[in-house]
Amino acid sequence: MPKRRYTTISIPIPLYERVKKMIEGTGFSSVSDYVTYVLRELVASYEESKLDFTREDEERIKRRLRALGYLD
Amino acid sequence: MVSRPHGGRLVNRVASDSRREKILAEAAELPQIPISVEKAIEAENIARGVYSPLEGFMLSEDFESCLTRMRLASDVPWTLPVVLDVEEGSLVDISEGDEVLLTLDGSPTALMEVEEIYRYDKRRTAVSVFGTDSPEHPGVRRTLKMGDLLLGGRITLVGSVPNPYERYTLWPIETRVLFKEKGWKTVVGFQTRNAPHRGHEELQKTALAFVDGVFINPVIGRKKPGDFRDDVILEAYRALIRHYYPRDTAVLAILRYEMRYAGPREAVHHAIMRKNFGCTHFIVGRDHAGVGNFYPPYAAQEIFREFPDLGVTPLFFREFFYCRRCGGLANEKTCPHPESDRVRFSGTKIRELIERGEVPPPEVMRPEVAEVILSFEDPFVR
Repeated sequence: MPKRRYTTISIPIPLYERVKKMIEGTGFSSVSDYVTYVLRELVASYEESKLDFTREDEERIKRRLRALGYLD
Repeated sequence: MVSRPHGGRLVNRVASDSRREKILAEAAELPQIPISVEKAIEAENIARGVYSPLEGFMLSEDFESCLTRMRLASDVPWTLPVVLDVEEGSLVDISEGDEVLLTLDGSPTALMEVEEIYRYDKRRTAVSVFGTDSPEHPGVRRTLKMGDLLLGGRITLVGSVPNPYERYTLWPIETRVLFKEKGWKTVVGFQTRNAPHRGHEELQKTALAFVDGVFINPVIGRKKPGDFRDDVILEAYRALIRHYYPRDTAVLAILRYEMRYAGPREAVHHAIMRKNFGCTHFIVGRDHAGVGNFYPPYAAQEIFREFPDLGVTPLFFREFFYCRRCGGLANEKTCPHPESDRVRFSGTKIRELIERGEVPPPEVMRPEVAEVILSFEDPFVR
């Protein structure tokens, strides 16, 4: 059986109605589509960033960049 | 701070020296799968973070999710399959759970943990990715010729792919350090597979007016007859930057990558790769990554609306032209004059002039750029 890809979240009905009215005539085909869009945008701005390199890595990279003429 | 890597973490699947030695010592006992140079380049791009967050060739869950939702199973935007296809008969003694060595011309390229071997529908894949199953489309033709099985699993890079342009090759971790050292907080990525004309320059400079730097990233790889040669493109860009860009505002480095000509989906993929290089913005012009008349001219701009969480800002441009009455570069948003006043940048016409050894007019191509191109005995792929 395929893995479930969606779940249900409850929002107040008056809010649902307002959003439904708001998206009329836009490219959003449902309130769920709109809420997914907004949440993705919001979540993306909070996601953690991780760069795995040490000071030695950075120095080694800078040496290569200098050798190639990208850095003075 | 430049852009976060896609999916939050810059992937590094390059074997350490000790791990590489160990893998190579065991190489004779491992099953081997010969791969093409294009697949070896894909493996290198995965391992060096160009395709972050992918750590290997796609498993079926990501592949399906990519086709149907343009996202990985984790919900991260991802629009093009990155897969390893093989012919069914070639998998003697290889099954899920095995480690195999991917080899290029007999030399080890990467160790792959084969997590999954799965079937797929080639025609459905072509229609999902390219929006057509027409054999006129080069991406469709290539998809229909792929092997019947896909192998999914993490890879560890143990070799490098021969590269004639090492001098111009930078990886995401290197561009990130470079942009930081230059003090660039905002960087716009520019995808190209052509020698620069004035329209390209105008796109870059318009974007450059409100970011710190431009990352000019020509795609180097298999080309069609009549295309500019890779070395010509690089030398032409060097001349353009030297003569027409303020110091420390442009970085030129190549991307080894095989174009799919998937139009809108590929435009998003191009943006994701440049995000991994550290770009905060990405230029999307007319018919980006298109071929023939398969995609409407600005479809590659419209698709970005579906990705509020892409993490790189697309900059959309209408096509630039030279307007005789404006006396400069313009586009339909900035110029009110009729078509008769406009000089369009036709790649075909530029090629025809150069084929005849003639210098294109300065409103079409910078003389210094034309001079460099004409200094090559034959600047075109035959």
